[in-house]
Amino acid sequence: MADLQGRLLLALKEKSIINSEDLAREWQEDHQKIVGAIKSLQTHYGIINAEPINTTRWQLTDEGDVVAKYGSHEARVYNAVPQQGITRDELLKSVPQYGEIGFSKAMQEKWIEINNQKVYRKIDRIDDKIQSMLKKVLTGNINDLSDEQKTECKKRKLINEGKMTVYKVSKGEMFTLDIERLETELTPEMIANGSWRDKKFKPYDMDALGIPPDAGHLHPLLKVRTEYRQIFLEMGFTEMPTNNFIESSFWNFDALFQPQQHPARDAHDTFFISEPRDANINMIPNDYLQCVKKVHSEGGYGSQGYKYDWKIEDSTKNILRTHTTAVSARMLYKLAQEREFKPVKYFSIDRVFRNETTDSTHLAEFHQIEGLVADRGLTLGNLMGVINEFFKKLGLTKLRFKPTYNPYTEPSMEIFSFHDGLKKWVEVGNSGVFRPEMLLPMGLPEDVSVIAWGLSLERPTMIKYKIQDIRTLIGPRVDLQMVYNNPLCRVEKAAI
Amino acid sequence: MPTIEVKKDLLFKALGRKYSFEEFDELGFEFGLEAEEPEEEEILQNPDLANVWKIEIPANRYDLLCIEGISRALLVFLEQKQCPRYTTVKPQKLQQMKILPATKQVRPHGVAAVLRNIKFTPDSYRSFIDLQDKLHHNLCRRRTLVAIGTHDLDTIQGPFIYDAKPPKDIKFKPLSQAKEFTAPEMMEMYSLDSHLKPYLPIIRDKPVYPVIYDRNNVVLSMPPIINGDHSKITLDTRNVFIESTATDLNKAKIVLDTLVTMFSEYCDQPFTVEPVEVTHSDGSVHLYPELPYRYEEVDVEDVNKKVGISISAENMSNLLTKMLEHVIHPCDVIEDVAIAYGYNKIVKKIPATSTIADQFPVNKLTDLLRQEVACAGFTEVLTFALCSRDDVATKMRKNIKDSNAVHIANPKTLEFQIGRTTLLPGVLKTISNNKNMPLPLKLLPFLDVMLVIIVQSEQGYYIKSCKDATYFEGRCAEIIFNNSVIGKIGVLHPEVLKEFELTNPCSCMEFSIEPFL
Repeated sequence: MADLQGRLLLALKEKSIINSEDLAREWQEDHQKIVGAIKSLQTHYGIINAEPINTTRWQLTDEGDVVAKYGSHEARVYNAVPQQGITRDELLKSVPQYGEIGFSKAMQEKWIEINNQKVYRKIDRIDDKIQSMLKKVLTGNINDLSDEQKTECKKRKLINEGKMTVYKVSKGEMFTLDIERLETELTPEMIANGSWRDKKFKPYDMDALGIPPDAGHLHPLLKVRTEYRQIFLEMGFTEMPTNNFIESSFWNFDALFQPQQHPARDAHDTFFISEPRDANINMIPNDYLQCVKKVHSEGGYGSQGYKYDWKIEDSTKNILRTHTTAVSARMLYKLAQEREFKPVKYFSIDRVFRNETTDSTHLAEFHQIEGLVADRGLTLGNLMGVINEFFKKLGLTKLRFKPTYNPYTEPSMEIFSFHDGLKKWVEVGNSGVFRPEMLLPMGLPEDVSVIAWGLSLERPTMIKYKIQDIRTLIGPRVDLQMVYNNPLCRVEKAAI
Repeated sequence: MPTIEVKKDLLFKALGRKYSFEEFDELGFEFGLEAEEPEEEEILQNPDLANVWKIEIPANRYDLLCIEGISRALLVFLEQKQCPRYTTVKPQKLQQMKILPATKQVRPHGVAAVLRNIKFTPDSYRSFIDLQDKLHHNLCRRRTLVAIGTHDLDTIQGPFIYDAKPPKDIKFKPLSQAKEFTAPEMMEMYSLDSHLKPYLPIIRDKPVYPVIYDRNNVVLSMPPIINGDHSKITLDTRNVFIESTATDLNKAKIVLDTLVTMFSEYCDQPFTVEPVEVTHSDGSVHLYPELPYRYEEVDVEDVNKKVGISISAENMSNLLTKMLEHVIHPCDVIEDVAIAYGYNKIVKKIPATSTIADQFPVNKLTDLLRQEVACAGFTEVLTFALCSRDDVATKMRKNIKDSNAVHIANPKTLEFQIGRTTLLPGVLKTISNNKNMPLPLKLLPFLDVMLVIIVQSEQGYYIKSCKDATYFEGRCAEIIFNNSVIGKIGVLHPEVLKEFELTNPCSCMEFSIEPFL
């Protein structure tokens, strides 16, 4: 290398302007090596000026390299045929990887023939034109090739047109033939003996990426979860225990006044458990169970009910919970059993399951964020107020509410936020006031209202980190590079 | 939520004015509908779509499943029309339908009504058929709960009999067929019909099939599969006999009410329906449709308090006349007041509820551990809670019977057969899918089963050599904390690695953090 640098400087001294490609041909050197020498000379300030010129050039492919070095595949096959003949299989072994192509080309050229299942040479000598063509390309004499020859080489994928940067090099203002050896790093010895004062140091390339330090990484979805969790805690919400993936249909549906013929309870929407198939019926307090049965089938608490035949068998079926609202129902029931009602604010962020086939926007497992407030005399205005504060902490200030239907809330509102990027209103959550048919059977006082809202964790995460395919975010196909690269999560700094 | 497609020009005609998409979207938003315009590309492919808007309907609003219902509700909402009063008008001689006890074995309930002197246009006829389809799909739960049949009354003669008979005894010419078939033949024939196939299992294995016929033994239909060809309705039909058979009587009534209230608009005497006398199998006799009007009293102050507004009783009743809806509880009235008032006009107020926040202990500990383990150079991954039986058993050189796994009854794919019992397979699959990443890979999933690395021994726990089929012999130990085994640490068995298509050795640790709470 150092030698090449010296030769380059000598050449410059004579010619004052040189072209890296010409030099490579003249010296029969690899062009990349010349470029390397130019680059390292550039690190010394002012010795040379080098101007990059982008061009396209015919160059050898990896396969072309092999041919230029060892001969065409057909020639190698021909050369491997001994006087006494050889089996085809044996022959193919002599030209690894390209044996098949070489064999069929050699047959086409009528260089070899098959007799009694053995391969023999058909002619005495051959002329490996392909190899000589490629050698010309290698030495930069591609113009010696006819257009047909070029096309043939291209068709056989031996050459292709690639980008190449050629350098025009001229003398710099401090041109010299003697290059001083530059120090790369400051060492403890230099500091101790002060020798750093007399040394010259190689300049740093400040445009380089640098070496990333070894580091651990948290998963982006869970970083976003941490942020949401923090927001709830800042707002005085207590975390609900959601550490149960399996739930009985009773808590997941019936307790929420969701009728037993509701489409969400179909096997094609919900994962049912075959083992253990049924929840222990004694786990559900019997008096509460009877109240739920009554309000579903006959009504009560001021309600007409759904007027259908409510079945206990349907409510004990175990399922993978389809929403964390099942946990909210358990918590509210527990609250109702307290001797004196105390207002609460609860939240949870956890995984829920839907029996869906997965695609780029759907998974069978995802995370649900849920918040609720239970107090005396809460209004719809309070629900909108608390949702407003919540989304403000997420950086969303333009909110709008749309009437919607949920089986267990009335009134119900979808929450929309104006997306500055998409220039339209997008749905960011769902909310409502839990129905009296859900709360009164639990035993909560009549003047207690429970307001609640929910959203998915995946959607904001995908928008924030610009993830197109949800399957690269969760599950075995997680893109680890994405996890390594993903930045800090400050939800309020990015529009959802 | 159900979606219906409406033709723009028909909608404008019904509403009495033109709307730009933005204007209609705005109106729908306030009312609770979501409108969708076709994409330009879709229009290029099919120019007819330019005239079609899709409208998403709340799942409980069966009265909005057709253009007649949507335009009626919106006009009332805009106070441009009064809510029509639906009435039944008894004719001199009532049509009758008798339900025989045999139906109890398969589909016990039936209701019926007549739309007298109706005039269809091609559009309203299409809408009538579409509404039946939409009801079948939504409220009727794909015909399992309720099935609707509509017939040209002038081609048949009451009284009608709703019976259930052994399949081989049922024979008639079904809709759009040239000849007669027996019920078993039809079941066979329709098992290849993509439209009807899904409904066959509703009755296939029953000893008797439902069938409705008239006094001359003309078969009207074999619910819930197919109607007879004889009584089919056409554009020129003037008198429509509607029957709906069901396993759920209440829903059958709602379906009947919805159909007749929507389309009685086109009768010579609009918004009137001719009732039918139905004799149930228990001998009781009822007139249908019931078109029930219910009086529900609500307290003005209570409504104001729950919505968070303050308006007079008069104002409130004005607002309520803008809404027509199925009400099952006074809270539904409260919602109607709020929607009519306008959700976005309600003043937002932060609840005065004062509470002290608390973290769930296991989540708090997990969050602390996640940080520490990331500081130790590990990368957090997120794996599925569901996996295949092979993942936790065969591939881990274990027997599924020893796994105590929770089994899923109805997984759509093999990947979701059981709930995970260990985090290892998910992590190994992640590695297998990320072979291009530089080594070493240090991964940890912090989920409901945990996997972390212990750097040094601390007081209270120790490790003890053990045997485990998943691990390479002699390179596995149990982690023991407070005298019980909480997890394992070791080098994975080469065969396990091979099962997960991994090429490099792998050491791991998995234990429960619950004992540390």
